[in-house]
Amino acid sequence: MVAGTLCLVCSVLVSTAAVMLRPAQQENQRLDVQKNILEVAGIYDEARPIGAQFDENWKKLVVLGHMPGGKPNGEYLNRKEAAEAGIDFATFDSRKAVKSEKLSTEIKGGALPQIARRSHYMFVYEIRGDGKDAPLDTIILPIYGKGLWSTLYGFISLEPDCETISGITFYEHGETPGLGGEVENKAWKASWIGKKAFQDGDYSTPAISVVKGKASDDSQIDGLSGATITSKGVNDLVKYWLGPDAFGPYLDRVRAQQNPQAE
Amino acid sequence: MAKETNKDVFLEPIFRKNPIGLLVLGICSALAVTTKLETAVAMSIAVTLVTGLSSFAISQIRTTIPYSIRIIVQMTVIATLVILVDQFLKAYFFDVSKQMSVFVGLIITNCIVMGRAEGYAMSNDPAKSFWDGVGNGVGYSVVLLLVAFFRELLGSGRIYGIEVLKTGADGWYVPNGLMLLPPSAFFLIAFFIWGVRTWDKKQVGK
Repeated sequence: MVAGTLCLVCSVLVSTAAVMLRPAQQENQRLDVQKNILEVAGIYDEARPIGAQFDENWKKLVVLGHMPGGKPNGEYLNRKEAAEAGIDFATFDSRKAVKSEKLSTEIKGGALPQIARRSHYMFVYEIRGDGKDAPLDTIILPIYGKGLWSTLYGFISLEPDCETISGITFYEHGETPGLGGEVENKAWKASWIGKKAFQDGDYSTPAISVVKGKASDDSQIDGLSGATITSKGVNDLVKYWLGPDAFGPYLDRVRAQQNPQAE
Repeated sequence: MAKETNKDVFLEPIFRKNPIGLLVLGICSALAVTTKLETAVAMSIAVTLVTGLSSFAISQIRTTIPYSIRIIVQMTVIATLVILVDQFLKAYFFDVSKQMSVFVGLIITNCIVMGRAEGYAMSNDPAKSFWDGVGNGVGYSVVLLLVAFFRELLGSGRIYGIEVLKTGADGWYVPNGLMLLPPSAFFLIAFFIWGVRTWDKKQVGK
């Protein structure tokens, strides 16, 4: 009797708190994602509010994978086209889209272990200097995939050559603190900077990999000690998202734009 | 036995019967959240609130809890309070809560909270239990803050995020990397226990 009443009181307390504090928590998470984008681009200024530093114009919705009658792979989808495809540009969330048959596709062939689906569209961020037509400065791509315990969500940033990595960050994961959780370690994240995602002009398969032991060339990242499976997960997910099934076509397009005479 | 006042109940656990110093409880979280003062302060407040309120609540219903399920009932109360604290931190102190990651949730398994509930609140009145809980929380906090103070100062040359010892290229202080690793907290806690037991011989174990 006492125990039953106690359980009831406790559950009411917990659920009230969860419901009442949710808006504030979601706002914090939204800002945290923006902060991660700024950090991975290397332009985060601690002294200024995050919202003021983040520019909505950086956001571009990119098509991943051919849609029957839709836009080709790697193209942008503007607000109007997005509306036609049944997407509200302002509130679209690719993490929620994987729950919809219409908006997402199966990831085939175990390319990304244990991630079953991905959205047809994802937001990338293109940071330019001042003004809309300034030269491209950094490209930021969303990445996610399974580690040991959890799905890691993060961003990777590339220089305008579309092959030099300028940063990586994970804003949400449930890996073991001190082991897999070291994906948040500043020194480890810094070891990605300047690495080449592709080698020898071969843009079809990413060369970047997370290896055990010492990294020996400029496409290898030293894995995390004590976190073999998390390291492997990061390896797989980076390869997948930069590869031909995900952002590959988009990167090809940007690369061609940056460097029109090369082709 | 002389009658204990609320003040005694509150002050005793801070030095005479410090949960970390005398009982060596709650060490795990003391290692994890003390690399910086900021997280240690948040953890201290959280643990003090939880021990105080859980002891109070459990003492209120102590005569009605069936003996055979008392531990589960205590856990329910403690878990509820910890979830409330966790939700609150996530809503208003997001950065701190992110740094403390799982250790907020792990307050549930902090031996001090459970120990005070089972060892004191089950057999004393609510007001005393409350002060006993708060006292133990503060006792835990004192150690946590001391450890965090030295770890942050020696490990990164900062106090509460403000640089006091100049590090880096133009600085003279070379940070002691060991201080940022969990084992350093063992050394510091050992020094603390040594100090306290030299001062108060009664605490020395036989």
